[in-house]
Amino acid sequence: MADAILEMRGITKSFPGVKALENVNLTVMEGEVHALCGENGAGKSTLMKVLSGVYPHGTYEGEIRYQGRPCEFKDIKQSENMGIVIIHQELALIPYLSIAENIFLGNEVARKGVIDWNETVVKTRELLQTVGLEENPHTLITHLGVGKQQLVEIAKALSKQVKLLILDEPTAALNEEDSENLLRLILKLRGQGISSILISHKLNEIAKVADSITILRDGRTIETLGMRRDEVTEDRIIKGMVGRDLTQRYPERKPEIGEVIFEVRNWTVYHPQHLERKVIDNVHLEIRRGEIVGIAGLMGAGRTELAMSLFGRSYGRKISGEIRKNGKPVVFRNVPEAIDNGLAYVTEDRKQYGLILIDDIKRNISLANLKRISRGAVVNENEEIVAAESFRGRMNIKTPSVLQKTGNLSGGNQQKVVLSKWIFSEPDILILDEPTRGIDVGAKYEIYTIINRLASEGKGVLLISSELPEILGMCDRVYAMSEGRITGEVRREDASQETLMKLMTKGKGD
Amino acid sequence: MDAVKNLFRNNVRQYGMIIALVAITLLFQILSGGILLKPLNITNLIQQNSYILVLAIGMVLVIITGHIDLSVGSVAAFVGSVSAIMMVNHGMPFFVALILSLLLGALVGAWQGFWIAYVRIPSFIVTLAGMLLFRGLTMIVLEGKSIAPFPKAFQKMSTGFLPDVGGGSVHTLSIAVGIVLSLLILAQEWRTRRTQLKYGFDVAPLPLFAAKLAAYAAVINAFTYVLAEYRGIPYILIILFALIVAYSFVMRKTVMGRRTYALGGNEKAAALSGVKTKKVTFWVFVNMGALAALSGLIYAARLNAATPKAGVNFELDAIAACFIGGASASGGIGTVVGAIIGGLVMGVMNNGMSLIGLGIDWQQGIKGLVLLLAVGFDIYNKNKTA
Repeated sequence: MADAILEMRGITKSFPGVKALENVNLTVMEGEVHALCGENGAGKSTLMKVLSGVYPHGTYEGEIRYQGRPCEFKDIKQSENMGIVIIHQELALIPYLSIAENIFLGNEVARKGVIDWNETVVKTRELLQTVGLEENPHTLITHLGVGKQQLVEIAKALSKQVKLLILDEPTAALNEEDSENLLRLILKLRGQGISSILISHKLNEIAKVADSITILRDGRTIETLGMRRDEVTEDRIIKGMVGRDLTQRYPERKPEIGEVIFEVRNWTVYHPQHLERKVIDNVHLEIRRGEIVGIAGLMGAGRTELAMSLFGRSYGRKISGEIRKNGKPVVFRNVPEAIDNGLAYVTEDRKQYGLILIDDIKRNISLANLKRISRGAVVNENEEIVAAESFRGRMNIKTPSVLQKTGNLSGGNQQKVVLSKWIFSEPDILILDEPTRGIDVGAKYEIYTIINRLASEGKGVLLISSELPEILGMCDRVYAMSEGRITGEVRREDASQETLMKLMTKGKGD
Repeated sequence: MDAVKNLFRNNVRQYGMIIALVAITLLFQILSGGILLKPLNITNLIQQNSYILVLAIGMVLVIITGHIDLSVGSVAAFVGSVSAIMMVNHGMPFFVALILSLLLGALVGAWQGFWIAYVRIPSFIVTLAGMLLFRGLTMIVLEGKSIAPFPKAFQKMSTGFLPDVGGGSVHTLSIAVGIVLSLLILAQEWRTRRTQLKYGFDVAPLPLFAAKLAAYAAVINAFTYVLAEYRGIPYILIILFALIVAYSFVMRKTVMGRRTYALGGNEKAAALSGVKTKKVTFWVFVNMGALAALSGLIYAARLNAATPKAGVNFELDAIAACFIGGASASGGIGTVVGAIIGGLVMGVMNNGMSLIGLGIDWQQGIKGLVLLLAVGFDIYNKNKTA
């Protein structure tokens, strides 16, 4: 029996008015991958902040023992010196510095304050080799994709002699292939004696790499399971997380599909900077009334680019092709025209592109259709509050008031606000780009219910998602995309993860 | 009670600044031995600060969109000098010259707005260039000399007063204006309350509401009474009041206002929600140009001369007024009323410090510290609530 590298016992952490953690226990064994699961707001991040010293000793109750010794970290520096490194969901790399500069930032290889660049580069090469990243140490971070940036973060952690690596949603922004790579790397590091704590919403990943799993709910430890010992299944984990059996992860729906209401023909889009590069190549697609159509594709396949180019030419140049709505050709030269013609686009990145975080809920909901609550140029704020309140009820947005700033909401509730905004714009066709990214299982189910309700109201829904189970669970028909082209169209009955994956990875030569 | 507490917490910045303004006023009232709030000095205060307040109104819009305008002082000087040439050298009627000057200002704004909104050059650079360019043009137009005097009608815009009716020791018409204005506000507040009740929203309890209205009426009438003791309501106050009301209304109640805030809060999200972000930015700068022109006219009329040195450092006072008044340098936050209060804080301090005989050197330094402290307080507050 291996020793525990980390024991957290009876951790209680209160914020004014809320108990974020209550008597939480977490034990991580030497050389294991320990998954930490829980809905958003269950206290995972808070627990990790307690561990890494972001919340210094004295601001919480309970005991932390690391490598058998009690620890009282006052800041992150102290925990890092002990070999505990946390990699946050939002990467903390500096875009216009090179890989080498980023890895040794704050930890420079220097003599008397003068940096030894040769030594830095040599060390960086070694680290990059360990994490399996074939890049020049001088390459700027901004030129790397998210997947590679993640690897740089891990290399940075390794440079600090990490013994316990904490990864917060490391694959949230990665495509399947990069995710696979990353998970393999975690296992490889385990082989070298580095323990990991993996926070993830993706239960299949946990099943793949974790040795044991601790489930948090509402700031409490629910249980710790050994993955092999206890025959843990995804449903078992979900049950622990939400405290109920989710017999159905996707709500039941009887599709009532009508005529074609939206058609795209010969849609071709070029890159906004590299004008010779075709990003979208001769795409055809159609959406029927009451239908949920999926677009499955790996990252870089051009899904978001397709959606944005359709939505009032928000992306790309030299756009050609035809859009037909209800059989009639239409042209959207800009976003207002697209909205006026009944198109809505729920963006992939809700914080950057979806919400105005410093504005309140009601202003966010009304923004895309101010006309509906205005007489002439004057906005009727009372009508606005009434409308926002009705969405708060209907969409189950958990907030004390619609005057709450959206920046203070959890991910799931933010997404409900974005959906409310677009439902308020009274669209006929909704394009949903990764609508459940980074939100917890319970909120996902609610979002799915909303999507189904929209379809049953006779709207057409185009659902873009990286998660194949979601595509399979929700869609009536699926287009697979690869390298800017539609590589296949599959009906729900005929679709499986394998068939889709094959189409999604089909290159131009195949 | 919670509602009141919430209201207070959400508006602590706005109320905080009003409290600060009152405190500073009282401080200098005491230090100056009661001169600060004398009718003559209050009238002076209004006339001295009017051109900065006009700029602050335009500037707060610019800052809300996440930009800055460094050129307003130079633009004010440029338009002032062109107006002098039109009126003094060519004898153009005052009203025609006024309209042409405002159009010229709008054109200057359109020039800068074009580079900022459509070519996407940072506003700091475009307006820094504008600051140099229009200062240079001012000197070229004036050939390095001052032009004076302006026609009487034009001067009145800055220095004239509402005529009196009836006569007597106090200015009757000014008092009447105060009474009518407080009645209008009372009616408006009452109507708002009735609508809110109709919608079933929570409203302040009746005694609190009545107290608020009584306070409004008392402040307005005390103010107009003080003015009436001297020469009555200055014309410039009427212009200012109209601008404040109009711009507050646009920013708070109209679609255009909403879109401006949305653009400043998150440009990308606003664009994807159907806000024509370039167009909004462009027009905000056109508007700034027109208000800078008005400010230049007011200043020239007050000085009764167009000089090459007019408007130097106006932009800094206007920007400081916005930030003291709660605008955020990263955009999306700020109010017209806030900017006015910020401008008054600066104005009262200038005036008060001069009254007690503090040198210009000390004045500058103290104003700088006040700006820093006001914004520091704001950030401290935000971190505390987050």
